[in-house]
Amino acid sequence: MTTLTADGASPLAGVRRFLRHLLYVMTDNPMTAFAFMLFLLIVGAALVGPWLVPYDPLATNAGSTLQPPSWQHWFGTDQLGRDVFSRVVVATRLDLMIAVSAVAIAFVVGSTLGAIAGFYGGWAERITGRCMDTIMAFPLFVLAMGIVAAAGNTVENIIYATAIINLPFYARMARTEVAVRRNAGFVQAARLSGNADWRILAFQIFPNSLPPMMVQISLNMGWAILNAAGLSFIGLGVIPPTPEWGIMVAEGANYIISGHWWLALFPGLALMLAVFTFNLLGDGLRDLVDPQRRT
Amino acid sequence: MTHLARSRLVGWRLLQAIPVIVGIIIVSFLLTRALPGDPAAYFAGPAADAASIEQIRVSMGLDRPLPVQFVAYVQDLVRGDLGISISTGQPVMHELTTRLPASLELTGVALLFSIAIAMPLGILAATRPNSWVDHLCRAVVTAGVSLPTFFTGLALIYVFYYLLGWSPSPMGRLDFLHLSPPKVTGFYVIDALLARDLETARAALAQLLLPAITLGLFTLAPIARMTRAAMLQILEGEFIRTARAAGLPRRQVLFTYALRNAILPVITTLGMVFSFALGANVLVEKVFSWPGIGSYAVEALVVSDYAAVQGFVLTMALLFVTLNLIIDVIYTLVDPRLGLEE
Amino acid sequence: MNRREFLKGTSVLTAGAACLPFLKVMPAQAGGNETLVVVMGSTINSLDIHRSGTNRPSYQVAVNCYDRLLTFGTKTLEDGSLSYDYDNLQGELAESWEVSEDGRTLTFTLREATFWDGRPVTAQDVKWSFDRAVTLGGFPTTQMAAGSTTSPEQFEAVDERTFRITLPHASKLTLPNLTTPIAIVINSELALEHATDDDPWATEYLHRNPAGSGAFQVERWEPGQQLVYRRNPDWASGELPGAERIILREVPSASTRRALLERGNIQLSQDVPPRDAMELDAHPDVAVVSTPIENCLHVLCPNLRFEPFQDVRVRQAIAWAVPYEAIMQNAAYGRGVPMWGGDNSTPDDIQWPQPFPYRTNLDRARALMAESDYPDGFEVPLSFDLGQADWAESTALLIQEALGQIGITVTLDRIPGANWRTRALVDKQLPLHLENFGGWLNTPCYYFFWAYIEGNLFNSSNYHSDEIARLVDETLFMEMDDPDYAPKIRRMIEIAFEDVPRIPLYQPTLNVAMQPNIDGYTFWYHRQLDQRVLHSR
Repeated sequence: MTTLTADGASPLAGVRRFLRHLLYVMTDNPMTAFAFMLFLLIVGAALVGPWLVPYDPLATNAGSTLQPPSWQHWFGTDQLGRDVFSRVVVATRLDLMIAVSAVAIAFVVGSTLGAIAGFYGGWAERITGRCMDTIMAFPLFVLAMGIVAAAGNTVENIIYATAIINLPFYARMARTEVAVRRNAGFVQAARLSGNADWRILAFQIFPNSLPPMMVQISLNMGWAILNAAGLSFIGLGVIPPTPEWGIMVAEGANYIISGHWWLALFPGLALMLAVFTFNLLGDGLRDLVDPQRRT
Repeated sequence: MTHLARSRLVGWRLLQAIPVIVGIIIVSFLLTRALPGDPAAYFAGPAADAASIEQIRVSMGLDRPLPVQFVAYVQDLVRGDLGISISTGQPVMHELTTRLPASLELTGVALLFSIAIAMPLGILAATRPNSWVDHLCRAVVTAGVSLPTFFTGLALIYVFYYLLGWSPSPMGRLDFLHLSPPKVTGFYVIDALLARDLETARAALAQLLLPAITLGLFTLAPIARMTRAAMLQILEGEFIRTARAAGLPRRQVLFTYALRNAILPVITTLGMVFSFALGANVLVEKVFSWPGIGSYAVEALVVSDYAAVQGFVLTMALLFVTLNLIIDVIYTLVDPRLGLEE
Repeated sequence: MNRREFLKGTSVLTAGAACLPFLKVMPAQAGGNETLVVVMGSTINSLDIHRSGTNRPSYQVAVNCYDRLLTFGTKTLEDGSLSYDYDNLQGELAESWEVSEDGRTLTFTLREATFWDGRPVTAQDVKWSFDRAVTLGGFPTTQMAAGSTTSPEQFEAVDERTFRITLPHASKLTLPNLTTPIAIVINSELALEHATDDDPWATEYLHRNPAGSGAFQVERWEPGQQLVYRRNPDWASGELPGAERIILREVPSASTRRALLERGNIQLSQDVPPRDAMELDAHPDVAVVSTPIENCLHVLCPNLRFEPFQDVRVRQAIAWAVPYEAIMQNAAYGRGVPMWGGDNSTPDDIQWPQPFPYRTNLDRARALMAESDYPDGFEVPLSFDLGQADWAESTALLIQEALGQIGITVTLDRIPGANWRTRALVDKQLPLHLENFGGWLNTPCYYFFWAYIEGNLFNSSNYHSDEIARLVDETLFMEMDDPDYAPKIRRMIEIAFEDVPRIPLYQPTLNVAMQPNIDGYTFWYHRQLDQRVLHSR
């Protein structure tokens, strides 16, 4: 039986309940379990990968260029003799960092703007709405291209550009969720007990609006990585010789026709796996945080 | 809903679009001015020195302060003059009107392909929720959206053109043997059919296949997802239960009743997907030498072709706004519930 | 023109063969009626070479659709391929020419030739065209100036068939300069019909409508997609082209161009990156021609405005550290002529370019660095043009690694093509960069003039040497068989060896790939494809 929970009830019980729910979701939905394991693998590679790889990802070796996969080089070597496997693993960190930073910035800034717009309505809502519409009116990728071209292609600018084009999603979502709950019973109760507006917004309304945004976050992470890859293809991505999946696929794409398929395939698979994981994770997260909304 | 109320609603939406358009114009102007290249250097030519570049800059009006340049830009815009493109030597307006149909045709066919696959998949998944069929569908469409489009494009070229020789050479909208049909809509397949030229229509369609599939793979996921979600929601509804209880055949229940109601949210998604695909065009066009608006934009960006980038960004943005407006209006007009919210 | 008419000019067999992607070879035609398909990666943005803003790839139209007064003959190189011959000046529109005793007056007699619209080519047309070239400014004017032709007063149409140029001083460069794509002869009467007060040189009209007397007319131009050449049957200035029609298709992706060639859907691919050239060479169904580009070098430039590079020992240390072999293998894929490993610090001859007396020797490099004012090394960005990335990127990476071993920390700075000329050549502010200047006119003094004289465009190292400046001044207009010429050139090269403001990496080649049955391809210094000589066996 459930025990009455007041503020500060046994946290252990809460955690246990959460874990039980998590287990349920996992076993009920094998895809989510699979995605979760992949996610752990990716995070693991990002954290400890650079120490575990067999070769230095930056070391060129003019003597053994374009070698197909073998026991010495699991993923083969690239046009300058660098080990593709090491580069793919080390690139995990950079790509994950880009994705996480970009989405984090977009989430924080976007949802704050959206929440304020949704809570106060009126001019705040109108101005924010028009600004977001303006950003959304531009073809996303082209806007990213333009920002990076104008500001220079450093990792920071790629992150900012990706963050900007993802802002509107969170702003819109936050605005809708907050607006719907603006006059709900619990909010009025909180107001009556003398809570300031911002407290209500931050501690009462916002946490309830989180679930759909969590899903969006994981989907966006996949997008952010693909975005960086696309930018690399046109030469506006990360600067070589930094290993990054996108630029490796872009450079490797030129070698497909000549039969050196491993340069593009392995980073491409890694990219696909990561985006795949984030997408599936998004679906699973939805089931996890809000069983009502399961699709 | 009364006719007056509806038209007022539509009018209100149109009005809301105006500040967005103003914002777009300003942003596209600023963005191009922030680009690193120097069009004056380009015009001055390969052997120019600092003095002649400065001369050209003055003659192009690029030395004047930004607000003055902006006013000149808006004045030109009102007259429909988008300037001359450095990279192709043609007026930007002319370039856009010839290239936009190319991109629209590609995106349109890609969407058709995508719908043809994604909708049945979505319906299939909805009728067997959480089964292995459902999971497989989800895996397939997610895989499609997880790969960069240029990678899939090159891989497809490699397999289907280079190795197997099944698809025609990826040289653009028409191989060199056929001439473009007389322009009516700008869509080669339609124009060729209108001119009763089946050969050219077939050739144009053949060139469209591979790039459309590449782009279509990318748009499978949102359409399938939306179809599945909408169908699931509808299928749990009261009226479906009633229809089933009344003994109506399964197929009739599914298609006549459920699908028709699920279409609406799918259409909204389609609109979003179309505008998103139009932007993702950029990479596909480069790989397949498609003379569309995307490849033009990338070229222009790389050479810092002010007029072209401005024109492109403006056109795309206006297109999006128009598209969203149309969808909003359709939605408002079709769905009686929505009108009451405002 | 509809499809039916178009196909009438193409043999049925050719059409049939081109339809099927499986047939790789165009059936043998004895010249005559064939259509060739050529692909290139860049865009033609104007049909008028004198117009401001016309890009390099557009020069091809000037080469094929217009005539010049003079041209060069052909010679066969060691590997059997054809090249223009700098020592063999021939007449194109000029039937004959005379040079006065003092070398300052050149008189040309024109042959009987007509423009496409039937009007005869007269000396007035030549004068109008040359006046246009020197008046419109930009690159055409600069190139005309290289031949000491700078003002319309120097050009005179003596009569219908006689044209005269008067020079301020004799120059060996004037006559070769008349073979450049700039010195075209335009149908002035037709152009003037379309001129206006605002546009006296008819730039708007000629931008889209070439008005020439050349071997090919432009049948169709779809900017960004293709250009179709059609043979001019009345061409009088040379042997009629072997192909009736040549379709020039723009295909931006190098991989796609390669796939098209390998599958036999096209006959010739113009801009082949070095790696593709190396691999296609081994392919039995593709013929690759790699011609060393005369008077051209891929170099690493230390900019003397950057303090550490003012010390010649630092520059020499870098010259000893560069991994020449690795660059030749991994960036140039063997498609180039080595420019390192020379034996003497004084040149034996005036062959240019020639190998510099440096090779990869890290110990020597470290020793020089230790001697210099910067024994602890320093940091420097290495810049290169993104548009040249196919060789520059790998080269930069290899140099970065090598210099790291002698204490110089290098970061890569990729500069988009749009900015490159301004930052590298006009502002000259890049501390260390890769450069690829090649002079059109094949004399060493020409190269030194552009690349070693302070303030000149291609001297991106801000190098200055009083002695070289003096020597260039003396040799630029001197005839090459003058007994004073060779010793001065040798001295210049010696100084270049010692001072290395430009460290040569290798001499690049122009790589063109084609079907094995395509004959006639000829290398030209302007690196544009001369379509007039192509035909299939």
